[in-house]
Amino acid sequence: MPAPHGGKLIRRVDENKNIDDIEKIKVSRDLAHDLENIAYGVFSPLEGFMCREDFESVLHHMRLANDLPWTIPIVFDFDGNIKEGDEVALVGENGTVAIMNIEEIYSYDKKEYAEKVFRTTDIAHPGVKKLTEMKEKLVGGKITLVKEGKEEFDKYYLKPYETRILFKEKGWRDIVAFQTRNVPHIGHEYVQKTALTFVDGVFINPIIGKKKKGDFKDEVILKAYDALIEHYYLKDRAVLAILKTEMRYAGPREAIFHAIVRKNFGCTHFIVGRDHAGVGNYYGPYDAHEIFNEFPDLGITPIFFKSFFYCKKCGGVVNEKICPHDKEHHVYYSGTAIRKMLMSGEMPPETMMRKEVAEIIMSYDNPFVD
Amino acid sequence: MTEGKEEKGKYTTVSIPTPLAEKIKKRIEGTGFNSISSYVTYVLRELLASMEEEEEEAFSKEDEEKIKERLRALGYLD
Repeated sequence: MPAPHGGKLIRRVDENKNIDDIEKIKVSRDLAHDLENIAYGVFSPLEGFMCREDFESVLHHMRLANDLPWTIPIVFDFDGNIKEGDEVALVGENGTVAIMNIEEIYSYDKKEYAEKVFRTTDIAHPGVKKLTEMKEKLVGGKITLVKEGKEEFDKYYLKPYETRILFKEKGWRDIVAFQTRNVPHIGHEYVQKTALTFVDGVFINPIIGKKKKGDFKDEVILKAYDALIEHYYLKDRAVLAILKTEMRYAGPREAIFHAIVRKNFGCTHFIVGRDHAGVGNYYGPYDAHEIFNEFPDLGITPIFFKSFFYCKKCGGVVNEKICPHDKEHHVYYSGTAIRKMLMSGEMPPETMMRKEVAEIIMSYDNPFVD
Repeated sequence: MTEGKEEKGKYTTVSIPTPLAEKIKKRIEGTGFNSISSYVTYVLRELLASMEEEEEEAFSKEDEEKIKERLRALGYLD
């Protein structure tokens, strides 16, 4: 099992801390998730929200100031009345409470942030849009979690110290992580199972948090995966647990970030598919593969997949490396096409989606984020 | 790996035998490591991390058992 990123699994939790006399600041659900991710080591080696030196190093070098790979700024934007040296309590909408020691308050350039992280300043990009809505100052400093939030999917919520014990108990040495924000179709299943053939277990780790309009609702994704695993996976070879963080849609940079997070959970391998964490046409389909060349010191092994498809001539699910037939024989797994079928009440063919998965999705009046 | 950060004064020089440096130079060809320093930094970091992990007993037996109990209750362990 790989050591956590930076060598040590961060744990910054003190449930006995009294916050009665500390100024309280309300924060969003997404920021509350980041607080827990920092406190439980999901974002190791971060111990708090980034101060300027780390923030700028991440923007310009895709590394923390100490040169460790890190590609996504983890920041707290705030413009209220606080000053450096203050101690404040951050209170999330979901009940999360954490203490933050304000080390640094600094300004930043949103245009530069967008260009570096999202490779665009187009307001139509959901990450850029969110960035434009952020406050004008960033606040850096260490945090300590006092109280964990309560949410509806907590039975799927495992922390890295738990997954590491879980994998050890299962006797898994090589673990491949699969990042998702979608319900599974047959192409996803084949990617996971192909990778699983060479390792001991697959860690299916859907992102739960803010997504864009038209994405599947969190509950639908989890129930669909429960059905898939129950009917088509060996129980001892698959673990389903959530990652509470928002999608940034930062494509290649987010692929590296996703890999680091899964390394902290104890995974040795990370699946990177087509247009990982992409949106629209902002990134090339395999940019998220190429970026890994810049991080030979990541400490988790990426496994790259090109798209799987069904070949009528082969009579099975294949990819371009193993199928010799022309495109006319291929049926591609189009998320849009599957979505259309599901919305019109039409059951997708079994070559595209498992019946049990489709039935779960179709049991919802509206399975999509509004 | 990051180049051009030396000016920040956060780096120091460590001497290694020339034959070893030559071996490393060959080893990193085509790997993405663009200097002997970046490779040596990576290897030392990994080594120290694994040693620290072995030294550090993260949980007492009692705490570990509590975690396993939770994993059983959630259906992750039999």
